[in-house]
Amino acid sequence: MIPELGHFALIVAFAITIVLSIVPLIGAAKNDAAMIALARPAALAQLLFISLSYAALTHAFIVHDFSVLYVSQHSNLVQPLLYRVSGVWGSHEGSLLLWALILSLWTTAVAVYSRSLPDVLMARVLAVMGMISIGFLSFMLWTSNPFERIFPVPADGNALNPLLQDPGLAIHPPMLYMGYVGFSVAFAFAVAALLGGKLDATWARWSRPWTTIAWSFLTFGIALGSWWAYNELGWGGWWFWDPVENASFMPWLVGTALIHSLASTEKRGVFKSWTVLLAIMAFSMSLLGAFIVRSGVLVSVHAFATDPARGVFILVFLCIVVGGSLALFAWRSATVTSSGRFSWFSRETALLLNNIIFLTAAVAVFVGTMYPLLVDSLGLGKISVGRPYFDTMFALVAIPLIILLGIGPALRWKRDDAQRIKTSRQVLFIASLAIGIVLPFIIDGVLNIKTGLGLAGALWIAMTTLNSLYQRIRMSKRLPLAFSGMIIAHLGMSMFVAGVTIVMTYHQEKDVRLEPGSSYELSGYDFKFIGIRKVTGPNYLADEGHLVISRDGEKVADLYPQKRIYQGQSNAMTEASIDVGLFRDLYAAMGEPLGKDAWSMRLYYKPWIRWIWLGTLFMTFGGILAVCDRRYRQSVVQRVKGLNEQVATN
Amino acid sequence: MTETTPNKPFVLKRFIPLIIFALLVVMLAVGLTLNPRLVPSPFIGKPVPEFELPLLNQAGTFTHEDLKGRVTLLNVWASWCFACRQEHEMITQLSRSGLRVVGFNYKDKAEDAISWLSQLGDPYEVIVQDLDGRVAIDWGVYGAPETFLIDKQGIIRHKVIGPVSDPKKLKALMEALEQLQSMES
Repeated sequence: MIPELGHFALIVAFAITIVLSIVPLIGAAKNDAAMIALARPAALAQLLFISLSYAALTHAFIVHDFSVLYVSQHSNLVQPLLYRVSGVWGSHEGSLLLWALILSLWTTAVAVYSRSLPDVLMARVLAVMGMISIGFLSFMLWTSNPFERIFPVPADGNALNPLLQDPGLAIHPPMLYMGYVGFSVAFAFAVAALLGGKLDATWARWSRPWTTIAWSFLTFGIALGSWWAYNELGWGGWWFWDPVENASFMPWLVGTALIHSLASTEKRGVFKSWTVLLAIMAFSMSLLGAFIVRSGVLVSVHAFATDPARGVFILVFLCIVVGGSLALFAWRSATVTSSGRFSWFSRETALLLNNIIFLTAAVAVFVGTMYPLLVDSLGLGKISVGRPYFDTMFALVAIPLIILLGIGPALRWKRDDAQRIKTSRQVLFIASLAIGIVLPFIIDGVLNIKTGLGLAGALWIAMTTLNSLYQRIRMSKRLPLAFSGMIIAHLGMSMFVAGVTIVMTYHQEKDVRLEPGSSYELSGYDFKFIGIRKVTGPNYLADEGHLVISRDGEKVADLYPQKRIYQGQSNAMTEASIDVGLFRDLYAAMGEPLGKDAWSMRLYYKPWIRWIWLGTLFMTFGGILAVCDRRYRQSVVQRVKGLNEQVATN
Repeated sequence: MTETTPNKPFVLKRFIPLIIFALLVVMLAVGLTLNPRLVPSPFIGKPVPEFELPLLNQAGTFTHEDLKGRVTLLNVWASWCFACRQEHEMITQLSRSGLRVVGFNYKDKAEDAISWLSQLGDPYEVIVQDLDGRVAIDWGVYGAPETFLIDKQGIIRHKVIGPVSDPKKLKALMEALEQLQSMES
């Protein structure tokens, strides 16, 4: 009964969403206040019914209602509660429902927190978000209904993929979707502005905090995914250039370009149509990425047509959303005038360069991910690209980006003096380069230019960012949160570069055969294998190894790596054990039993790997801090006044 | 850039994003209808990437070193892959002809793979399991089936994308195999 109610709630939500996406738009065109006023209650009603539907599916998971096909496919009786709740988004149908829920949450958030927005603009924004929601809801209702029943009812279900049974991964998709879907707000603002035919800097001001917060969620979500892969896959790697990862990285790159471009548009009124285009692209990338991953096209190019209904639906939906908004852009962007003028040596130019670099990176990832399909559809045959391609591309993109990052934030808007920058940055540039190159020599007596350049880059970003902070405090004594946010996010970038450089150069890994009592030394740490015991978990059995790590005779840590067999699965899953440290991780993963209590073990020494995630956390925190800036709250009244005056004069 | 462009741009400029997107859609639509074809791979002539993977249905692991010593056909397959079913008979024939065939079970579930094999027959000397497809990335595998011809020294000599039962692909594979055997004997 409850699953049917969930299905019914979804249908009601669909009907409400149709009203939400049509009536307020007509109202905005006709200037009918009653129709415009419908937008807010419709958004709230949509959230209510999608939440009910979502709750119904979660309930089915919690009470083990295996008569629901989706529940029986992704949970069984012994699955712990946490993974039954997260099982909802463990696969295609439920993920779509989570997307729809998060989209309605963002829609409602816009309706509630932007009360000061002019009613007409609000009506358009909510209607555009409603249209996107129609796409998701109809996708679910017509091709991927999560509430489908099966008969006869199975006594027990299939277990959720054991790889997904990890707390990090349980919250990874919701964070990622918050980011993906969050870009729909900037998209909706851009489309609403195009629809209204008035593309001034105001829309940038309104959509900026929304975009930044969505970007923070996305950053955090990607970092969680990377952290999960490191913990769970037992490979010791933190990024694999897997198509699925790339699908989340592309919107991040475009989104990063967008938050920087929005700054120019808001502050100086430049690059208006460019920023609108980026807003459209950021959300399009989210849609393309998330959907293509879900359709399985990138996991296996050959499997694209296995479910033709879904493949075609995705393509049509993309055509409507992306094609429609780009057509609108082509039609309306003629009305855009860019008012600001600037010299070639200015903050505007630096931000433009930032955009070019980030877009180049996004295109590089896009090409690397889609290449097989592209070459194949041109009839030129088939080529696969792998890790070397991405590593080379990113090394090339990173160099100009890092140099720019040390100069751009110090530049003044409109026009700056090249000589002034030269004197303030010259010393820092030479110092960071010199220290960076010498550091590897000090560490292990080998002059490693590549590592040296990486460290120089990290130092350059850190020193110039701190210099900017110092200059700012000295000049104005006031430190707006938006500025602090930028400083922290840029410092995060420096930590990230340092972490990547060090772990890539100095990590050590070894596959060894260990018997109880024997030990192996790696980077000065002694890994001693004590023995194996059997462990029983809630839904798995495991062989648990015990290793004692010591350095210079002193005990450092105990590691307990496991090899788990989950119920209903025949594969053994590796559960690595990691001793975490700010400057080094020690990591052990069990391999295979080699007879007589001996095991093959994979041992790792990972220096500074924490700095990769620490850096991304700084970026996330910087974004959140920037959104909390006073001017986004305080000057709302003034902005509305200004906006109304503009409307009146037109 | 002393001045931003005034508002009388060339009209076509505004359509560029739309045009690029239209091309992308055409590409995706064509991609829907396409069959994988035989192609050169950047991995040909290169040593096989290093890996260590568990075996399906038996204890122990298999590494890149184990590929050396004999001419080997490495066949990437999965139980979810329809085209693998099509080529299965040809793989079986190749295996019966005395060629060593190693199965590379790609993004699959062990129980599905085992029931698939018990249904259709097991032509493989051994089968390695790449549960999450991480190793397949190193091999440049984008889907299943894909088949690699590897010589005694562990160098990749030929690659087939899609089912080897396709006459053209089979011919090319046999030519590569003959060439390899004549070189080595």
